[in-house]
Amino acid sequence: MVMSSENSVGVVAAQRVRFAAPLLLKSGAELPGFELVFETYGTLNAEHSNAVLVCHALSGSHHIAGHYADDPENVGWWDNLVGPGKPLDTRKFFVVGVNNVGGCYGSTGPLSVNPETGRRYGADFPMVTVEDWVAAQARLADHLGIATWAAVVGGSLGGMQALAWSLQFPARIRHALVIASAPKLSAQNIAFNEVARQAIVSDPDFHGGHYAEHGVIPTRGLRLARMVGHITYLSDSQMGEKFGRQLRHGEHKFSYDVDFEVESYLRHQGDKFARFFDANTYLMMTKALDYFDPAYEYEGNLAAALARATASFFVASFSTDWRFAPARSREIVFALLHNRLHVAYAEIECDAGHDSFLLDDPHYHALLRAYLENIAV
Amino acid sequence: MTEHERRVKAEQRERFDFAVIAGWIPPGERVLDLGCGDGRLLRYLSETRDVSGYGVEIDGDSVLGCIRNGVDVIQMDIECGLSGFEDKSFDHVIISQALQAMHATEGILNEMLRVADEAVVSFPNFAYRNNRAAIAAGRMPVTEDLPYDWFDTPNVRFFTIADFEDLCARLGIDVRERLTFDEAGREVSEDPNLNGSLAFYRLGRGS
Repeated sequence: MVMSSENSVGVVAAQRVRFAAPLLLKSGAELPGFELVFETYGTLNAEHSNAVLVCHALSGSHHIAGHYADDPENVGWWDNLVGPGKPLDTRKFFVVGVNNVGGCYGSTGPLSVNPETGRRYGADFPMVTVEDWVAAQARLADHLGIATWAAVVGGSLGGMQALAWSLQFPARIRHALVIASAPKLSAQNIAFNEVARQAIVSDPDFHGGHYAEHGVIPTRGLRLARMVGHITYLSDSQMGEKFGRQLRHGEHKFSYDVDFEVESYLRHQGDKFARFFDANTYLMMTKALDYFDPAYEYEGNLAAALARATASFFVASFSTDWRFAPARSREIVFALLHNRLHVAYAEIECDAGHDSFLLDDPHYHALLRAYLENIAV
Repeated sequence: MTEHERRVKAEQRERFDFAVIAGWIPPGERVLDLGCGDGRLLRYLSETRDVSGYGVEIDGDSVLGCIRNGVDVIQMDIECGLSGFEDKSFDHVIISQALQAMHATEGILNEMLRVADEAVVSFPNFAYRNNRAAIAAGRMPVTEDLPYDWFDTPNVRFFTIADFEDLCARLGIDVRERLTFDEAGREVSEDPNLNGSLAFYRLGRGS
């Protein structure tokens, strides 16, 4: 991999903070203190008015931009967005990335040791939701001296966090950028998540989620979960363009080994993911997605749920995203309109499906740049 | 005319259009602008009339222009109607020189008066004297208000003041006020279908 690039934030280092006060979770359970790992880029200004929180999606982390001194290949997952001169310009903004509670990149999660038992939480880690993540992120904001975010930005599940911020802490967020997201999952979305979960829990190495104690990892389940998830991140047309019916061996082998290149690709994605991602975190992340539904307590009325919001919104969807199709973003837009909130909504032509939000499509990035440039700090 | 002169002239013309429309928009209203381009009308209305407005636009580069201009915008195709917009959720809905570029004329007019109390519509009058002269001479008209060649025009509906008022009557839409101007921007009082190059309407239903 080519080391980036002009406009990179360069070498970065993760930080860690411990919060001693318990976190009361939406499920009613309590997390007795927790740690968050995070990274920051740019400089917090004297007024503390230029802070932007970037929320990660299902498999993301606190490592948004730059690379580590001892691991130059490990470039942040949204490096094309964040940096000096990039759309989320670190010369203007102080950007914060955080690994959410329950994650597997260093924040307190299923891999952490439960102080009550002295053993890893594993399956005993309490179920956390989007709202719980936001509550934990608010503690981090307090710690960093950020009373109000200039913006909270996220794609997919990250966009849900941006939306949740506008509802949970309306006075602490001026702009919400909700990209390739949805106000709730559809039955089909939940169905795909359930297939992924069943793949994991039915792996003989899962051991009810206490696989760490058995010294194993349910890699087969994780691998399948990622494979099915990955299909939903791409568009049919993009898969067709990338792989079509290309054959691995130039001819039909009439076997169950890899015949078609797309099979090889999916296996590779699954293998790669299963090597580093925690299965319990994956289960929990998919559940957090399933449970997210701000309108749930308002008899399904999203407009009523959004009545609390005061932020200005940037909402964007991608034409070939069938996981969270443009119509899902429009639901958010019209609920915002009902509440007479500021909103800019773009429906971006891009053939890369759901994952488009991670790409540096010129029009997409021009939209983000224009919106972010107009944010006063 | 140099390119610069042309641009200056277009801007003057645009300011003139905006001023006519702004004259019908009381301060502080909620306004929806269909086919809002880069949002400059909404920006003008928010600066001069303190309106809170949203634009609707299908073109991606125009949406980008709106965002640059700090104008609220929703990217969607109004040919498919305005579903999602609630009934009577705006004081005024505007379609400024864009109706002639839409296919679903009737549907759009009906939708406009569903989502707003009053509609403001402006369009170039194809029966304007100079346009008639061009046709009489065997050529499609190219004028101030119809600045395109026939082969690259975005316009798809070619109608006149008389045609438009017939359609309004058929749809049960009341013409509350009409202003017409010639190419020089002078208000026309006599035979507007002949002397008017650009027409502006305030439309409503019932009282």
